[in-house]
Amino acid sequence: MIVEIGHYALVLALALAIVQGVLPLVGALRHDGPLMAMARPAAVLQFLLIGLSFAALTYAYVVSDFSLVNVFENSHSAKPMIYKISGVWGNHEGSMLLWVLILALFGAMVAIFARSMPEDLRALVLAVQSWIAAAFLLFVLFTSNPFARIAVPPLEGRDLNPLLQDPGLAIHPPLLYVGYVGFSITFSFAAAALISGRIDSAWARYVRPWTLIAWIFLTLGIAMGSYWAYYTLGWGGFWFWDPVENASLMPWLAGTALLHSAAVMEKRDALKIWTIFLAILAFSLSLLGTFLVRSGVLTSVHAFATDPQRGVFILIILIAFIGGSLALFALRASALKPGGIFAPVSREGALVLNNLLLTTSCATVFVGTLYPLALEAVTGEKISVGAPFFNLTFGPLFIPIVLAMPIGQMLAWKRGDLLGAAQRLTLAAAIGGVGALALYAMRGGSVVAPLLCGLALYCIVGAFVEVASRIAGRGVPASVMFARARGLPRSSWGTAFAHAGVGLTLFGLAATQWGVERIVTAKVGEPIEVGPYQVVIRSIEPRTGSNYREWVAHSSVLSGGREVAQINPSRRNFAARQTMRTEAGIVTLGLGQIYMNMADQHDGGAVDVRLYWKPYVALIWIGGLVMSLGGLLSLADRRLRIGIAKRAKVRTPVRASPQPAE
Amino acid sequence: MTRKGRRLTLISCALAVVAIAVGLGLYAMRDGVVFFVTPGELAAKNLPPNTRLRIGGLVKPGSVNRTDGRNVDFVIADTLGEVKVSYTGLLPDLFREGQGVVAEGLLAGAQFKADSVLAKHDENYMPRELADSLKKQGVWQHNGEAAGTSGAPAK
Repeated sequence: MIVEIGHYALVLALALAIVQGVLPLVGALRHDGPLMAMARPAAVLQFLLIGLSFAALTYAYVVSDFSLVNVFENSHSAKPMIYKISGVWGNHEGSMLLWVLILALFGAMVAIFARSMPEDLRALVLAVQSWIAAAFLLFVLFTSNPFARIAVPPLEGRDLNPLLQDPGLAIHPPLLYVGYVGFSITFSFAAAALISGRIDSAWARYVRPWTLIAWIFLTLGIAMGSYWAYYTLGWGGFWFWDPVENASLMPWLAGTALLHSAAVMEKRDALKIWTIFLAILAFSLSLLGTFLVRSGVLTSVHAFATDPQRGVFILIILIAFIGGSLALFALRASALKPGGIFAPVSREGALVLNNLLLTTSCATVFVGTLYPLALEAVTGEKISVGAPFFNLTFGPLFIPIVLAMPIGQMLAWKRGDLLGAAQRLTLAAAIGGVGALALYAMRGGSVVAPLLCGLALYCIVGAFVEVASRIAGRGVPASVMFARARGLPRSSWGTAFAHAGVGLTLFGLAATQWGVERIVTAKVGEPIEVGPYQVVIRSIEPRTGSNYREWVAHSSVLSGGREVAQINPSRRNFAARQTMRTEAGIVTLGLGQIYMNMADQHDGGAVDVRLYWKPYVALIWIGGLVMSLGGLLSLADRRLRIGIAKRAKVRTPVRASPQPAE
Repeated sequence: MTRKGRRLTLISCALAVVAIAVGLGLYAMRDGVVFFVTPGELAAKNLPPNTRLRIGGLVKPGSVNRTDGRNVDFVIADTLGEVKVSYTGLLPDLFREGQGVVAEGLLAGAQFKADSVLAKHDENYMPRELADSLKKQGVWQHNGEAAGTSGAPAK
């Protein structure tokens, strides 16, 4: 019964989504108040209906209702509760339901929190958001219905793919989806602005918090996904340039560019066309990612069942939304008046450079991801574009971004002083240079890693120079400095932290060069050297988990003969699917990690192990967290509070005029 | 600076960045790209040594020979040919005789020196290139229960 209610709620949500997509739009075009006003309750109700549907599916998983195909195929009664619940989105149908749930969540949040927005803009935003929801609800109901029943229910389910039975499944997909799907709302804002023809700095102010929310979650989702892959796939890699990872990186790059160009649009009323374009682009790339992952053109952990019908359906949605929005864009863009003028050397100029580099690097990722698919479709030849391609293209484009980041923070709006900025960065550059030299002297090897680490140090220190110069001064007492620090706009702190996070991640990435890998056949009690540490396997014992059995190698990490940590890698055998999975043992020592993996056991107590010492590796993910913290600080800025936008600045709506610009 | 001058600066900057990106891309395409072949195609193609390739097929039953702890020799075969592969390192959990694998590495004469081996990850998963080529050769055996499963590359 509960399942049927969930199914019915989903159908109802579709009907409501169509109504919400049409009536407020008509209302906005005809300036009809009551029609526009129905958008808000409709958006909230739509979210509640999809939420009810999602809850019903979760309930079916919790009680292990194997009369549902979806539950039968992906669950097992012996599975721990956390994986029963997170298993809801550990499969194609459920993950698409989560997709539309988050889509509706953003609509509902705009309806509830964005009180100060003009009525017609909000009606249009919610209408466009509802079109997207309607398209994906159709997709779920017609091609991926999670509520399909089995005529004769089996007694036991087939269990979830062991690779997905991990706490990561509870965290990574929801975070990533909030980010990924969050760009739908910026897309809706862009489409609404294009329909109404009112594209001004106030629009940028309304859209910025939503972009920030999506960006924060996408950053966290990518970092979390990377860490999950790192500890679960068993060989210590954290980024594979896998098409599915690229599919999340592309919206992140476009979204990062959007955040920066929206700042220019908000402050200086410039880059309007470009900002709207980026808002469309970021969500288009999210849609493309969904297509790549869900259509079955790729095989990866993320691609669940493959069904060509689904691919075609998503492709149609993709073409309709991207094509439609770009057509609207082409129609309206030429009518926009160009905004504020700025010199090439200025904050705006730096942000333009940032956008140029970010979108170009995004394009290289796009080419590397889609070229093999295109080539195969055209010539039938099969190639894989791997890390070497991306390191050679993406890397060199990202270095100037990092170099320019602190300088851009230092430049004034309209006209900046490059020499002055460079002088104020002397300290940062010196720390970077000294750091690079010191690391080279200490570690030797290739010069690339120390240079990149130096660059990272420059970036981290440089990120705070601007803030520091506004706080500190000769002879200023500490209490005054503290008061100044508190008085600074939170968005300044946000910028500093986000930029420093990039530096931290870069440092961690560069330091991978100094990693040590050992693959040995080890006996119990025999120490194995790995980097500055030794690892000793104390014993290898069997253990029984809820739905698996495993062999655990209880081991100690020694430094100078003293035990500093314990590490327990294992191999699990999942009975329901007859599958093995290796569980890596990881200990964090300082910022580095020892990573240990167990393979085959030989007769006589020896075992094949793979050991890594990865110095500074934790910085890669700490950097991601710090970036998100920066985003959060920016979000907390008074100016950007969603409800305050109206009072903060007198809006001067610029109606798109029919005459061409200039 | 005039509006026109500003626009010109912007466009030339953009062109420069794009040109650099295209240059880098073309350069990287030369060695950043790896072709996928089956043992049969490899025999027909006569490629020069030290070519970087991905070879996909089935592990020939009885061919797996662990020379010592971590050095493994095995044969990847399909209906049209076979190729000897040597690999140093830990094989993925699901590496078994008679199962689908994809090995990536360098061609050294008749031998293939693999530096990574990807195995089929569960009952229904197989690297897509491999599934395609096996289907073409008519040796594809699928139990028709593909729904709801997934796999990941193991290196």
